Amino acid sequence: MALLEVRDLEVGYGGIAAVRGIGFEVAQGELVALIGANGAGKTTTLKALAGMLVASGGSVHFDGKSITRTPSHQLIRQGVALVPEGRGVFTRLTVEENLAMGAYIRDDRAGVRTDLERMFGLFPRLKERRAQVAGTLSGGEQQMLAIGRALMSRPRLLLLDEPSMGLAPLMVQKIFEVIQGVSKEGVTILLVEQNARLALEVASRGYVMESGEISLADSSAALLASPQVRQAYLGE
Amino acid sequence: MDIFLQQLINGLTLGSVYAIVALGYTMVYGIIQLINFAHGEVVMVGAMVALSVISALTGAQIGLPPVVIVLAGIACAIPACMAIGYGMERIAYRPLRKAPRLAPLITAIGISIILQHVALLVFSRNPLSFPQIMPNPVFEIAGAHISAVQIAIIGGSVVVMAGLTFLVYRTRLGIAMRATSENVQVAGLMGVNIDRVISSTFVIGAALAAIAGVMIGTYYGIAHYTMGAMLGLKAFSAAVLGGIGNLAGAMLGGVLLGVVEAMGAGYIGEFTDLCQAPWIAGLMTERCADGGNFVLFGSNYQDVFAFLVLIAVLIFRPSGLLGERVSDRA
Repeated sequence: MALLEVRDLEVGYGGIAAVRGIGFEVAQGELVALIGANGAGKTTTLKALAGMLVASGGSVHFDGKSITRTPSHQLIRQGVALVPEGRGVFTRLTVEENLAMGAYIRDDRAGVRTDLERMFGLFPRLKERRAQVAGTLSGGEQQMLAIGRALMSRPRLLLLDEPSMGLAPLMVQKIFEVIQGVSKEGVTILLVEQNARLALEVASRGYVMESGEISLADSSAALLASPQVRQAYLGE
Repeated sequence: MDIFLQQLINGLTLGSVYAIVALGYTMVYGIIQLINFAHGEVVMVGAMVALSVISALTGAQIGLPPVVIVLAGIACAIPACMAIGYGMERIAYRPLRKAPRLAPLITAIGISIILQHVALLVFSRNPLSFPQIMPNPVFEIAGAHISAVQIAIIGGSVVVMAGLTFLVYRTRLGIAMRATSENVQVAGLMGVNIDRVISSTFVIGAALAAIAGVMIGTYYGIAHYTMGAMLGLKAFSAAVLGGIGNLAGAMLGGVLLGVVEAMGAGYIGEFTDLCQAPWIAGLMTERCADGGNFVLFGSNYQDVFAFLVLIAVLIFRPSGLLGERVSDRA
């Protein structure tokens, strides 16, 4: 059974359906991409998975248990962490306090300290700036912090919402190297991206979303080769 | 006697109390952008409960040392106020969390009226005198007087503010509170139970209010069911002066406001004495003779200064002394 199973998920904003009965799954250890144009419903889907929006229909199962109506502050305790769109770092907290917030649910102080050093190893820039408030970081550094913060909860499933948004190409490359690294360590990842090529290059499989529905589902290689995807999302 | 130094001491005393009350306003505002106008009433309840306990224990004549009696009064006032703080959030504000901002604001005024009138029924419609069971020696420094109560108030408030700063900047709850005040949704993603953080904020603010209530009751020697209204408004002004939502700002604003008010009260008589103006004194020779005076505004205008400061801040620096964001929501 897949780690994450989404069935007939429907999410709406005040009567307007943004996600219309989609289904997909992510297996343990997989890196799966969810791509699509602006407004296709990708972020809404992630928000529903993370418990920030309440689904109006369908079901979400994580590790065999229903998490359809689980509020976000309980979801992270089950191992689901979201790196929100626009990063959502706490700009008035220091880098270290942001990372501490990521480990808010954990009680093992020694383990948290080890993980903090691990994050600083993964992102040396953050170590240099550990005592600075996060608002003074560049966009790329904030994205690193947001990912580091999510990893501090030791998630089993990491949901990434547009990690490349608003970043310089060099920084995007760096962030995606980190994502691949995290994936290799065994963390299951669902990656939402507008940058379809980049997402499909790191993911093993992908889903294409269009107007609140999933229009295509295939391996990344097949999607990258598909004329439909090439024309609509790769700008060819 | 040196008026300046004396009024500085009086101002610092009063300002310490304002600061502690202002912290309650600013913490709640920082988390849910609500100006909890009932906060002043929590101070009043703190004073009333402490007064009742102290009176009862003194009246019982069981030979408890006065210090123990006062501490017992504080020890009862704090949980009583915490319960009220928790209750008002749970019953009145939480159901309105998604309502337009005006709804909880008006509710706060309603809670304030309810608390006042419950206090009227439970305690008294007359001012109650705060039992002075401890000697209150007065010390002299450089020509000014400072009483033991004043020293206790200033010292106590320093301890309280240091404790709160530690809580907010060094503990897990404190970091969660700051994270929540910046971004509720993301704090939730981190596993923070938002409802619990908001409750904690109200409860902590109410505990501070209880301490302030005992301080102000002991200082003035009386407690009255309406005492919270003016005190609350002044402390709110202090919070705005410092920059609402900003803890250091509330402390600074409180102390500054206390000093401004004391200085104003100390000097207003002198500055509005018409006999000091030669051309008027010439017209009223009889009255102004032999050091006579004709004072337009006396120190009973003390209350005006807090609001003059509030108006000036709102005009010239709406974000307050230490507030970074221009307050677009208040």
